[in-house]
Amino acid sequence: MTEAPLLEISGVKKRYGATVALDGVDLVVRRGAIHAVVGENGSGKSTLMNILSASIQPDAGSVSLRGAPYRPAGPQDARRHGIAHIHQELSLCPHLSVAENIFLGIEPRRSGWLDRSALNEQAADILSSFQHSDIAPERLVDSLPIAARQIVEICRALAQRASLILMDEPTSSLQRADVERLFHSVRQLRDSGMSIIYISHFLEEVREIADTCTVLRDGRNIVTRPLRDLPNQELIAAMVGRPVNDLFPTRVPAATSDVALEVKDLSAPPAVRSVSLEVRRGEILGVAGLIGSGRTELLRALFGLQSALAGSITVFGRSLPLAGTPSTRIARGMGYLSEDRKGEGLALPMSVADNITLASLGSCSHGGWIDLSQQQKQAQEWADVVRVRAASMKVAVQKLSGGNQQKVAVARLLHQDCGILFLDEPTRGVDVGSKAQIYESIISLARSGKAILMVSSYLPELFGICDRLAVMRRGCLSPALPVGDWTPETVLQSAIGSAE
Amino acid sequence: MRRWLQTFGPFFALLLVIAVFAALSDAPARFLSLSNLRIVLAQTVIVAIGAVGMTIIIGSGGIDLSPGSTIALTGVICAVALRSGWPPAAALLAAVAVGGMVGVLNGLAITSLRVVPFIATLGMLGIARGVAKWISGEQTVNAPATWLNYLATAFPTPPWLLVSPGVWIAVALAVLAAVMLHRTVFGRYIFALGSNEAAARAAGVHITRMKLWIYSTGGLLFGLAGVMQMSRLRQGDPTVAVGVELDIIAAVVIGGGSLAGGEGSIRGSMVGALIMAFLRNGCQQMGWPNYIQEIIIGSIIVLAVAADRLRHERLQAGN
Repeated sequence: MTEAPLLEISGVKKRYGATVALDGVDLVVRRGAIHAVVGENGSGKSTLMNILSASIQPDAGSVSLRGAPYRPAGPQDARRHGIAHIHQELSLCPHLSVAENIFLGIEPRRSGWLDRSALNEQAADILSSFQHSDIAPERLVDSLPIAARQIVEICRALAQRASLILMDEPTSSLQRADVERLFHSVRQLRDSGMSIIYISHFLEEVREIADTCTVLRDGRNIVTRPLRDLPNQELIAAMVGRPVNDLFPTRVPAATSDVALEVKDLSAPPAVRSVSLEVRRGEILGVAGLIGSGRTELLRALFGLQSALAGSITVFGRSLPLAGTPSTRIARGMGYLSEDRKGEGLALPMSVADNITLASLGSCSHGGWIDLSQQQKQAQEWADVVRVRAASMKVAVQKLSGGNQQKVAVARLLHQDCGILFLDEPTRGVDVGSKAQIYESIISLARSGKAILMVSSYLPELFGICDRLAVMRRGCLSPALPVGDWTPETVLQSAIGSAE
Repeated sequence: MRRWLQTFGPFFALLLVIAVFAALSDAPARFLSLSNLRIVLAQTVIVAIGAVGMTIIIGSGGIDLSPGSTIALTGVICAVALRSGWPPAAALLAAVAVGGMVGVLNGLAITSLRVVPFIATLGMLGIARGVAKWISGEQTVNAPATWLNYLATAFPTPPWLLVSPGVWIAVALAVLAAVMLHRTVFGRYIFALGSNEAAARAAGVHITRMKLWIYSTGGLLFGLAGVMQMSRLRQGDPTVAVGVELDIIAAVVIGGGSLAGGEGSIRGSMVGALIMAFLRNGCQQMGWPNYIQEIIIGSIIVLAVAADRLRHERLQAGN
């Protein structure tokens, strides 16, 4: 009665030198199914997707597509077979327009010439079918925010009329409203007979969108089951290989202490219009809000990465000049964790030790000379605290997994020993195990008396570790209330402005 | 193994070049003789000193196309100063200082005018050459004989120096720069800047100040290379050293420097400079015409970078 599955993977293996990435994976994806693949970073999900999209070749095992052996020669061939891969790291050409990106490689042509009007028309059709007619096809991708770029990436898969879409963390930079729209479209795709392999670290989203779930661990498939028969505890246990109690450590509310950071009527146009807040020592203040609401820009203005025009910033009772540079802010005890780990966070080709100590090399140098053994020792100390998994402190950061890279970025803040911390999306693209460790680090920082201002799009973590929460909307920050006074619904309401 | 290759790859290439020419040569003893070695080393000095500066600049993610012109300009300055009766030490310092000023101007164009390094220094390539011709009245400037003339000679006086004083100066500068890159905060910041400028800024590195220092340090070194050029010719020639910047960049790239920044080592660049010098010398010994040299060196540059790309891809695949 059942027709052949769309995709059948059996015994696929892949190794890189001494590292086994895939150790015999079996996976069956039905037609018209949304199949989630979850697992910690380094469990082999991305490798598996890259094999399907033919950017790498497996060492052993077989794949069949629609009952026939599937051995694509390369990415272009995979695309011809109807497999579209949406990468975790967006792969758009920033200097081309939205339409040009959507139809890259499959441009509508008229006797050899690019048919630009058809290009823009068809792109507009796809965008509007995805309820995103707000994105103009002529716009340069360069000028779009990350969330919109993600939309473009997804539209590109739609334009290819793919029969199997591989989505690798498609929502990691999307707002809840965009996620809803994405899910709506993904369900539409499924109902039209397409299959989707959906990779995500957000388990609640996986539950919401997917029918079946496969857990990968250490390059093997541990369990495959319909999600309704797979409770969360069991799912997480399968991912990490041990039972996990709680993602968020228990939090003792901070006792009242003195104000570390006070911001009054800060404005840094165009993104930040009017923000007032205070953070006490030992307190974690969470900032929720939609992407584009000015949250990131607020942190950047406070850290001197972009200039503020009006308002006042007071740090430990002393006021700061509005125009500043990161180096002057660091000198006043501030630390910053960028949301953009690769773009602004880490110097990827440099060693773990160099990256951890970069913001305060002064602590392991004398008169400009670096004490190398001291640098190694200090780096090791903080790498151990956040549990960075690296062969040595001399390894280049680019060789580490995403989660470990993020831990290196957190370790830098710890090493810097600043009194006030600005954290922007501290757990983006990080696996469950690393998340828990990063939360632990943040909480122990607060416990040691540091003031923390944390921006996140991931509500559970804001509710999980913050003392107070404020919501940013169109450049203005709501009053900060204790976390207990908020619910996810009220946060969303004030973020999109339908309060009352 | 891979790491080992990475560190010693350029050395092997150097040995290979030497071995190939020794095998091809009718007189391998002459090619491998101590006196030829001295000649090659003396010929390396200008590119080697330039490559020290260029390694710093390329490591920071920048590029400098003006060294050839800067060498001509500072050579002329040195000769003019000597002719006007300046003591040799003062003439040397003046030339080095002018080189530093050229670097400062490059740095200012890059930081204040926000012109990308390629263009800013391409402009300087023309400007410095023009100024050199202007100052010299478009003629070679004869300098009176001073001890400066002995700096770049292949057979040094006193003989116990073994090799040209310029070689010792280049070695000393290379050691100094290597230590600086590895062991100082400035050195770490250079590579941080080259690896990821935005991350370096967010980590509190003064980008503007750093770039000014980097390009002016480069300029000082190119100025010194200009003195070596003057010493070799025993006159200031405003038309000399055309295209030397490409030899210097090639030395850095052959030695493992990446034009994307964040990579490069002084040791590699010095070996790169030696490879180029042995190639030139070997071709001359073989009596091959100049164009053969140019073709060989051009191919070597492309192959070196291709090997580097391959290494990078392996590195990424291993991820």
